[in-house]
Amino acid sequence: MPEPRRNTATLRQEDVLSALGAAVAAFCLTALVFYWIAPFTGVLGFMVCWFLAFLGLFAALVWLDRDGPAVRDRLVSVVVHGIAILLLSALVFVVGFTIMRGFAALVHPNFYVEDLGVTGPLDPLSEGGAVHALIGSLEQIGLALLITIPTGMLCAVFLAEMRGPFPRLVRTVVEAMTALPSIVAGLFIYATVLLMLHFEQSGLAASLAIGVMMLPIMVRAADVVLRLVPGNLKEASLALGASRWRTAWHVILPTARPGLATAVILGTARGIGETSPVLLTAGFNKAINADAFHDPQVSLPLATFMLIKSPQSSMVARGFGTAALLLLLVLLLFLIARLIGGRGPQDLTARQRRARARASARDLARYQRRTPPTTPIAVTEEVQ
Amino acid sequence: MTDTLVMPAVTAEAPEQRRRVRPSGGVDRFYRVVLRLGGGLVLVLMTLVGVFLFQKAGPALKLAGWSFLTTEAWEPESGRFGIAAVLVGTVLIAGVAILIAVPLATGMALYVSEYAPRGLRRILVGLVDLMAAVPSVVYGLWGFAFLQGHVIGLARWLATYLSWIPLLEVTGADPRDPLATETVYTSSTFIAGIVVALMIAPVICSIMREAFTQAPIGEREGAYALGATRWGMIRSVVLPFGRGGMIGGTMLGLGRALGETIAVYLIISPVFVIQPHVLQNGANSVSALIALRYGEAGEVALSALMAAGVALFLMTLVVNFGAAMIVARSRSGAESDS
Repeated sequence: MPEPRRNTATLRQEDVLSALGAAVAAFCLTALVFYWIAPFTGVLGFMVCWFLAFLGLFAALVWLDRDGPAVRDRLVSVVVHGIAILLLSALVFVVGFTIMRGFAALVHPNFYVEDLGVTGPLDPLSEGGAVHALIGSLEQIGLALLITIPTGMLCAVFLAEMRGPFPRLVRTVVEAMTALPSIVAGLFIYATVLLMLHFEQSGLAASLAIGVMMLPIMVRAADVVLRLVPGNLKEASLALGASRWRTAWHVILPTARPGLATAVILGTARGIGETSPVLLTAGFNKAINADAFHDPQVSLPLATFMLIKSPQSSMVARGFGTAALLLLLVLLLFLIARLIGGRGPQDLTARQRRARARASARDLARYQRRTPPTTPIAVTEEVQ
Repeated sequence: MTDTLVMPAVTAEAPEQRRRVRPSGGVDRFYRVVLRLGGGLVLVLMTLVGVFLFQKAGPALKLAGWSFLTTEAWEPESGRFGIAAVLVGTVLIAGVAILIAVPLATGMALYVSEYAPRGLRRILVGLVDLMAAVPSVVYGLWGFAFLQGHVIGLARWLATYLSWIPLLEVTGADPRDPLATETVYTSSTFIAGIVVALMIAPVICSIMREAFTQAPIGEREGAYALGATRWGMIRSVVLPFGRGGMIGGTMLGLGRALGETIAVYLIISPVFVIQPHVLQNGANSVSALIALRYGEAGEVALSALMAAGVALFLMTLVVNFGAAMIVARSRSGAESDS
C-alpha cells in the first residue's frame, strides 16, 4: 500500500476554520457586551474589543487539541496578519480619504486649466483651479533635477569607482547630510540666497532648497545601486583592454541604469512632495507665474498647505483637490519607477533576453564574415 | 638541512616578457579628474551648508550662552530664548511616533518576509515603498481633517483610565463631567505622534524586511528540523539575525520623525513651555518653530532659528550615524550596503 502523500502546505484547514469560528464568535460576543451590557459606543473601540476577544477565543480553540508552542505560534501568526492588514488599510485609507475629499474639486475640468488669481473666497468650485501650482511644482522639480542629476550621478560614480581617503571623506559627509531636516535646508537657502544675496522669493530659490535636500539622498541611493554592479563585469571589460572611462560608460552605467532611474525617480517623488523648504523660499502666489526666476511661485504641496487653513469650505475642497493631484503625480512617478527599476541588474525580461540573443547572433555573424572560414583559428598545444 | 629559496633570475635579457600596463591614458586621466571634481563639488556644497549653518548660529549662541539649552520661552528680540520647550516637544512627538511605529513595522516586515504568499511579496514591498513616498503634507492633511476628530475618544479613554502614568495625565479635564469641552484633547503631541508614526513605519519596515529576508536558509531549516514551529523559528533565527537591522531601522525612523515639519505644524497648537502631558492640547517641535517664526526679519531672530536648526541637525546626525554603525556591525548588515 503506497504511503499517503504528506500535506506540506503551511495553511492548515483546521486553523482557517478555527480562525473563522473565533472571528464570528468574537463578533457576536463583543456586540452583545459592548452595545447591550456595557454602555460603550464607537467603531474604533468596537474593533479593538473584537480583535482582543478574537485572540482569546482563537487561542482557546487551538488549545483544545494542540500544546503550548503551537498555540503561541498560531497567536503570533494571527497578530502579524492583523498588523499587516492594519497598516495596509491605513495606507489605503489615507490615500482614499484625500482623493475622495478632493473629488469635489477634481471633477470640474476648470480645476486643471485655471488658476486662483481672480477667484474670490466665495466662488463655487466651477471656477478657479490649481494649474498655477502644477506649473510651479513641475518647474521647481525640473530645475532641481537639472542641478542634482549631473552632480549627483558624477559624485555617485566617483564614490563607487575610486578608492582611498578622499572618497571615504565624501561618503561620510554625504551620509551626514542625508540627516539634514528639510526645513533646515529651506532655512539655509532663505538665509543665503534670499537675505544675503538679495534674491526675491521665487521658484529658483525653492528649487535650490529642494536640490540641497535631494542631492545627498540621490547620491546615496545611486551609490548603493552602482556598488551592486558585479565586479567580474568590470574586470572583464578592463581585461579586454577598455579604459576606465569606457568601462564606466559602456558597462557600469548601462548595467546600473534601471537602478539609477529608480533612484532618480524616487528622489523626485520625495522632492516634489516636500512642503517645508518651499514654504520658506517660494513665497505664495495665487496666479500663474511661469517664470521661475522672478516673483513668488507656488507649488502643489504649498498650495495644499495654504488652502487647507482657509475658513471657506470651497477653498478647503480645493486644498484637498490639490493634495489629490499631488498624490496622483507621486503615484504616477512611483509606477514609472516600478516599471523601470523593479528588477535588479542582469535580471532581464523575456523580451530583453531575446533582444540580447539576437544581438549576440549578429555579432557572431560579423566575426565569421571577418575571419575567412578557410583558415580556421590555429589551436596550438602548449607544453603542460 | 634548510631549504633555500632561490629567486629566479629576473629577466634582464628579455625585457619584452613583462610589459607594464600603463594604468591610464589621456582620456582616463581626464575621466579621473572629472570624477574627482564631481566628488569635490558635492563635498564643498555639503560642507558649505554645514559650516554656514554653524557660523550663522554663532551670534545667537554667544548671546544666549548655556541658557539656550534651558530657556523655554522664544523671544529673541528681548534676548530670552532657548530650545528647552521645543526640544522636549520634538523628542516627545518622535517618542510617541516610535512607540506606535515600531510594533507596526515589525509586524509588517515579518509578514512580508515570513508569512506572505510568494506571489504577493513583490506587491507588498511596492505598497510599503509607496507608503514611504506619500508626501508628508498628505499625511498632515489626513491627521488634521480626519484623525483629529476621531481620536478624541481614545485620548479621553487613555486620560481617564491611565492617568496614573505621568505622561498620560491631562490637567484641566474632568472625565466625570459629560458636558466638558473636548478641545483639551485636540492638537496634542499624541495626535501628531500618530501621524508621524504612519509616515515613518514604512521606512522602518523596509530596513527590517531587508534584514529579515537575509536570515540564512540553512539556519531556518535547522530550526524546523529540530521541531520548531514557525514562531519558534522566527524567535530563534530570524529575530536574532535581524536585530541590527531592527535597531538601525528604528533609529533611522527616529531621525525622520525628529525632522518632520509640515504634518506636525498642521496639527499642533504651539506652546512655549515644556508640555509633558502628551494627550493634552499644546505641543511644539523645533521644525514647527522654524516654520512658524522664519518670517521675523531681525538678525538675532534668524540667528536664533539657525541655532535651533543646528541643534535639530546635530540630533538627527547622531541618530543617523548611530543607526548606520549598528546596521553595518550587525550580521545582517555586514554583507549588504544598506
